[in-house]
Amino acid sequence: MKEVVVLSGKGGTGKTSIVGSFAALAQSKVLADCDVDAADLHLLLEPVIRQRQEFWSGQVAAIDESKCTQCGLCQELCRFKAIRDFKVDRISCEGCGFCYHICPAEAITMKENLSGHWFISDTKYGSLVHARLGIAQENSGKLVAVVRQQAKAIAEKRKLDYIISDGPPGIGCPVISSLSGANLALLVTEPTLSGIHDLERVLGVCHHFNVPALVCINKYDINEENSRQIEIYCHSQGANVAAMIPFDNVFTEAMVHGVPVAEYTQNSVARQLKRLWQTIVSKLGD
Amino acid sequence: MIISVASGKGGTGKTLVATSLALSLKDRERVQLLDCDVEEPNAHIFLKPVLNSREPVCIPVPKVDEGKCSYCGKCAEVCAYNAIAVLPDRVLVFAELCHGCGACSYLCSEKAIAEEMRETGLVESGYADGVKFAHGKLSIGEPMPTPVIRKVKEQANHDGTVIIDVSPGTSCPVVESIKGSNFCILVTEPTPFGLNDLVLAVETVRELGIPCGIVLNRAGVGDNKVEEYCRKENIPILLTIPLDTEIARLYSRGVTLVQGMPQWRGSFLSLFERIQEIASERSRSLKR
Repeated sequence: MKEVVVLSGKGGTGKTSIVGSFAALAQSKVLADCDVDAADLHLLLEPVIRQRQEFWSGQVAAIDESKCTQCGLCQELCRFKAIRDFKVDRISCEGCGFCYHICPAEAITMKENLSGHWFISDTKYGSLVHARLGIAQENSGKLVAVVRQQAKAIAEKRKLDYIISDGPPGIGCPVISSLSGANLALLVTEPTLSGIHDLERVLGVCHHFNVPALVCINKYDINEENSRQIEIYCHSQGANVAAMIPFDNVFTEAMVHGVPVAEYTQNSVARQLKRLWQTIVSKLGD
Repeated sequence: MIISVASGKGGTGKTLVATSLALSLKDRERVQLLDCDVEEPNAHIFLKPVLNSREPVCIPVPKVDEGKCSYCGKCAEVCAYNAIAVLPDRVLVFAELCHGCGACSYLCSEKAIAEEMRETGLVESGYADGVKFAHGKLSIGEPMPTPVIRKVKEQANHDGTVIIDVSPGTSCPVVESIKGSNFCILVTEPTPFGLNDLVLAVETVRELGIPCGIVLNRAGVGDNKVEEYCRKENIPILLTIPLDTEIARLYSRGVTLVQGMPQWRGSFLSLFERIQEIASERSRSLKR
């Protein structure tokens, strides 16, 4: 069983449309949506939820007013400025529990925090593990880890060949959690200076965690000079450009119809995506 | 006034809006742009600031003096992040898991734990053509953007207008960036993904009690469900930018919209005026 994660650094380069297409093209796989704070893959796959679980993670401090002597020690020591006027700001609290340990009046308790939900769904393309982080919640990286564990368990149980993960934008905690230990990263970029800048950083993260990477340049014809620069750069970093996909409104049309682009059209974009998936399969077989 | 520019979905045009808004305002008042997308900062590509100050962002992490340590295990017990493990004859510190709360050091009965600074990113600041500028950069491989975001926000002017460019998503880095704003612009596109993530972003700004309005980018693609949603939820659409290959080309070369197509400046000034009206109405109603 092999795991490929699709990342980009910059958001909006086409990760989810590409993963949705792989869902339609690949055999013997489970899908994982690791973008837990703005998940979109379900919009292409019509999932029917079979299992829904609460995700409890981290803690938040609570002050019992009847016990609090207003000595102020907690406010003085909290480094996250989460306690003001002897009240806890739930959004600023990082759940470290320092206040709970030092309160001389034992007025502070740590309460478990419901941070979100995760789901196992059936789709016509196979199982999908996805999640929804609660509004303004932390611990997205831990929820990503749960999504990956569940996907892996399904793949092992059903002896599936692939886990295909749709990753979040950025390079921080949920990205690291999506990437570490995966067999391959597909980095989707676009030929804009922002896209190139962000690709360099996410490729740096792949190197840092020793995950080999392939690159896909989406909308390559928006700026062909920049696309050439990306090819040269990727070559110098040992990451091959595996596909160059032209700008095509068919991506948006497919999204509006709620189907993967590779299923919505048979045009050259669909053929490119098919070749890209074959390249990934052969790279995973190395 | 602090205006943050967020989106939910990535790649909808936050940086395009933030940079063009800043440049449109600079002849009228003091304006500052803070790029709080510290994982993938891009505003500098467009504003090309002269950066004259660099400051590291550090988290205080425990440094155990094993000469004093009695291996009692208290530090590991109080650490909520599993960043310290105490073995019978050794203490292991996993610095990248540490949030720097300071509990272990304070609660150590042997006073065996000091703190040392671990760099996780940096903040650079300077000027770009009349706009005061600062951005943060999370170091490659580091998981926690929020300390870097906090440090960028410390640079905020106390008068004039501060524009904050925010990362995509709805979780902790977004909350840290938009907290304390007087207004939040949500940039979206008229597609199912744009709408899905806009709804989450609206829930987030409402949770924080910040008034918001929409910039609809790439209008003409997709469908009209974003407009329907905004009508139903009574969220104003403050500016509409059409799908235009010329705008996309300018963006690809790192040219701001108002520099490449100066006719847009008036639209950004009207955007700002509407935000001022909404924000001052909000503060009047809060006082009442």
